[in-house]
Amino acid sequence: MSAADTTTPAKVPPPRQAPPPAVAEAPRAKRTSGAAAAPWALLAPCLLILALVLGYPLARLVTLSFQKFGQSQLWGFQPAESVGFDNFAHVLSDSEFWAVVVRTVLFAGGAVVFTMVVGMLIALLLQRVSGWVKTLINIVLVASWGMPIIVATTVFKWLFDSDYGVFNALLSKLPGVDMIGHNWFASGTQGLSVIMLLVVWGAVPFVVITLSAGLTQVPAELEEAARLDGAGAWGVFRHVTLPILKPIIVMLTTLSVIWDMGVFPQVFVMRGGHPEAEFQLLTTYSYDRAFVVNDYAQGSAIAVLTVLLLLGVVAVYMRQMLQIGEVE
Amino acid sequence: MSAVATSGRTSAAGRKSSGPRKSKLGWNVLGLLVFAIAGFPVYWMLNTAIKPSKDAIDSDPSLFPTGFTLDNFRRALDIADFWGPVGRSLIVSLSVVVIGIVVGMLAALAISRFAFRGRKAVIVGILAVQMVPLVAMIIPIFLLLNDLGQYDKLSGLIITYLTFILPFTVWTLRGFIVNIPKELEEAAMVDGCSRTGAFIRVVFPLLAPGMVATSVYAFIQAWNEYLYALMLLSQQNQTATVWLGNFTTKHGTEYAPMMAGSTMMAVPIVVLFLLVQRKMAAGLTAGAVKG
Repeated sequence: MSAADTTTPAKVPPPRQAPPPAVAEAPRAKRTSGAAAAPWALLAPCLLILALVLGYPLARLVTLSFQKFGQSQLWGFQPAESVGFDNFAHVLSDSEFWAVVVRTVLFAGGAVVFTMVVGMLIALLLQRVSGWVKTLINIVLVASWGMPIIVATTVFKWLFDSDYGVFNALLSKLPGVDMIGHNWFASGTQGLSVIMLLVVWGAVPFVVITLSAGLTQVPAELEEAARLDGAGAWGVFRHVTLPILKPIIVMLTTLSVIWDMGVFPQVFVMRGGHPEAEFQLLTTYSYDRAFVVNDYAQGSAIAVLTVLLLLGVVAVYMRQMLQIGEVE
Repeated sequence: MSAVATSGRTSAAGRKSSGPRKSKLGWNVLGLLVFAIAGFPVYWMLNTAIKPSKDAIDSDPSLFPTGFTLDNFRRALDIADFWGPVGRSLIVSLSVVVIGIVVGMLAALAISRFAFRGRKAVIVGILAVQMVPLVAMIIPIFLLLNDLGQYDKLSGLIITYLTFILPFTVWTLRGFIVNIPKELEEAAMVDGCSRTGAFIRVVFPLLAPGMVATSVYAFIQAWNEYLYALMLLSQQNQTATVWLGNFTTKHGTEYAPMMAGSTMMAVPIVVLFLLVQRKMAAGLTAGAVKG
């Protein structure tokens, strides 16, 4: 973090200098670290808290998914008994579960692709507009990024209200279209599209701002050289810009997948706390099983399956982040 | 820095030939379109909040403000206790930030300034736990707090929020610390400072801006959290985000006051966010591209 960051707004962070070679660091750090206990003493409070609030619940989540745990176990009338893989067998043989999985993957996949493409287009556009337009767009992006999700959801609910929502009113201004009274949430597909729009609207600013910072590090000479060699705008983007941005794009995509698979309040609040069957995503479905049907064990099994589904994506992200950690 | 972006920034100072300016017109129009679409939800929230509520309930609403009134804000404050939830949100968020920063700072120092066996495992662990969706954790957390007698207590919510705030503060502070050259500390130690003294006199002052940014960002995250606040506290103890649900009753939704309430919730947070956003964006991606 350099001092340049705190200067004028609407500027992207300066390119980072190449980090010093890490090889020389290791022996010196070892020498100055003193007693081997020091780092563990510093880590102790953090690890202790994480073990209590994360480790224990995670372990509990897994054990729960192998137990029978309902209302009577919650109140302690009956002990929780192990049922092996029953919960998983039950969930996996349920066609509704698979419908939810497909819906979640389509929803998250659509939102990620939409977010990344729109984000990239806006980031490229920002390089081509005048300074004042750039400032205007940046202000709007940061404002929508900073909006609490719950407020953004409430606002979108109002925008898409069937009778008095401004979206229907605007659509009806088009010749031959009368959308007044159209209920966007009568069908799951349309309703989830609106929710996807909300998710994308909230996610695009982070992508644009990060990609803009990355774009400043694409050497102008390289683009120039490609252009002189006869590459068109697309060719320059495809063969020069994209390869240089790849690490950022991979990181943003994996983060987006993780976030979009975890979408909950948007659906929950949009549907007034009771999402209908055709609105259920893995997150709301797990919640629904646990707290509405009161089958905590089955809810946990669904949560465990969700985490397993995410593991592949997480592995990619971790590799990327560890590479960054290595360099430093 | 591409040539195009540079010319955009300098165009205010020294006018350029009309060639590139003309070709910019198309891009600027497109840019303004993006501005209008991306900003519309925020604009519509503010517009609905200040217009008389009878104008809000209109199937062909005027796109521009039709008047200015604070009635919606008054109604929003009336509909359910506002300051109670805000106070509770403040207590929770501030406690989480203080604990998160102090504990997170110690851990960040350990993984960024010490080489020790198991360091990599700790880093992987801290990154990995950030990936667990919060929703997946709600069931065991609910049962845990139920067992500990912390259900419907602010202290229970504070502990719970550390699940996502603590890994975040550790990782972000680490990013800020590694950007402070080790040589500075070592120079101070050569001059006779102890390791602790070198940290307090040299690293800490340089780290302060990053710490402020991390604190503000952590505060915003804790303030905005919805699911845990909804599940772990009862109606009487609701926090600010849950308060926003009071506008929808079985008789329908009062949209104009709800937008006024949304405005009251969003404006302070967005302003805070504007203050620290650039520093955080840089911190989050520090090192993502090798220079």
